[in-house]
Amino acid sequence: MASPQPRIGVVTYPGSQDDRDALWALAALDAEAVAVWHDERELPDLDAVVVPGGFSYGDYLRCGAIARFSPATAAVCEFAAAGGLVLGICNGFQILCEAGLLPGALVRNESLRFVCRDVRLTVERDDLPFTGRCSAGQQLVLPVKHGDGRYLPPPDLDPAQVVLRYVDNPNGSVDDIAGLSSEAGNVMGLMPHPEHAVDPLLGSDDGALLLASLVDAARDRVLAAI
Amino acid sequence: MKATVLVRPKPGILDPQGEAVGSALGHLGFEVRDARVGKVIDLEVEATDAAAAKAQVERMCERLLANPLIESYEVEIVGESAA
Repeated sequence: MASPQPRIGVVTYPGSQDDRDALWALAALDAEAVAVWHDERELPDLDAVVVPGGFSYGDYLRCGAIARFSPATAAVCEFAAAGGLVLGICNGFQILCEAGLLPGALVRNESLRFVCRDVRLTVERDDLPFTGRCSAGQQLVLPVKHGDGRYLPPPDLDPAQVVLRYVDNPNGSVDDIAGLSSEAGNVMGLMPHPEHAVDPLLGSDDGALLLASLVDAARDRVLAAI
Repeated sequence: MKATVLVRPKPGILDPQGEAVGSALGHLGFEVRDARVGKVIDLEVEATDAAAAKAQVERMCERLLANPLIESYEVEIVGESAA
C-alpha cells in the first residue's frame, strides 16, 4: 500500500512572507500542503499546521501581538490543545509565544540590527515530532532573517523544552535558545527558517530534516487513525 | 474619556534601544546614567466615569497592549473627550 500523504496546513496572515516557501517545501517533502487564510475560523481537516514567517499585520505593537487574535490563530490553538502538531517559524514562533502555546517572548535583537545569514545550530532533542530525522548533538545550518529574535524564557522554563541552540548566537537569545517545544511536545517554534533550506541549491538542505520529520510524524498520525 | 498608557520594559530586561539612546546622549555631552525606551499609547474610550475607563484600559493592557512577561504598564486617565 502506498504510504498516505499527510495534509499539512500553512496559515497566511496579511504580511506573511514565507507561507509560499513553506507550502512548496512541504509539497517537495511529500505532504499535501494546504493554504489556510487568516480569517478562517475552522481549520480544514489537517494532520499538522505550520505558522510561517513574515510580518503578520505589520507586526505593529509587538511581533505577533495582533496575529495572536486572528480567527485562524484561535483555530490553531484549539488544534494544538487537542494534541495537533504545530510548527511556528520565525514570525510564527513569535505568534505562538504571544498566543501562549509556547512560553516566553521574542524581543529586539541585542545588536539592534536585522540579522540575515546562515547560522549553525545544535540539535538538543531528537525525540520530538519535529526532529525525528535528526540526532541529538547534530549540527544543522539554517538561515535566520529577523530583527526581533532574542528569546527571553520565563523564569520557570524546563530546559528539556529547548530543541535547538545557536552555536554562534546571532541575536542575544538567553542560553542560545533558537527553538523550543511545548511541555507536551506537540508544538514547536524556531527562529531559523527550515523552509528556506530544503535543497542544496539554496545553500543547505538541513531544513528538510526538520520538515521531513514533521511530515513523518503527521503521516504516522494518519496511519494510526486508519 | 481620554487615557494614556505607558508601556515600559520591565526592570532587569535588557533594553538595547535604551542603551543605544543613552550612549548617543553621552556622545552629545549629556551625563546619562541609564536610559530605557518604552511606548506611549493614547486612547479615547467610552466610559461613564474615570474609574470605569481605567478598569477598561487595564483590561486592554492585560490582553493586548503589554506583554506581562517583559513589560510593565501604567494607565493614566487624562480627561474627558472633546464633545
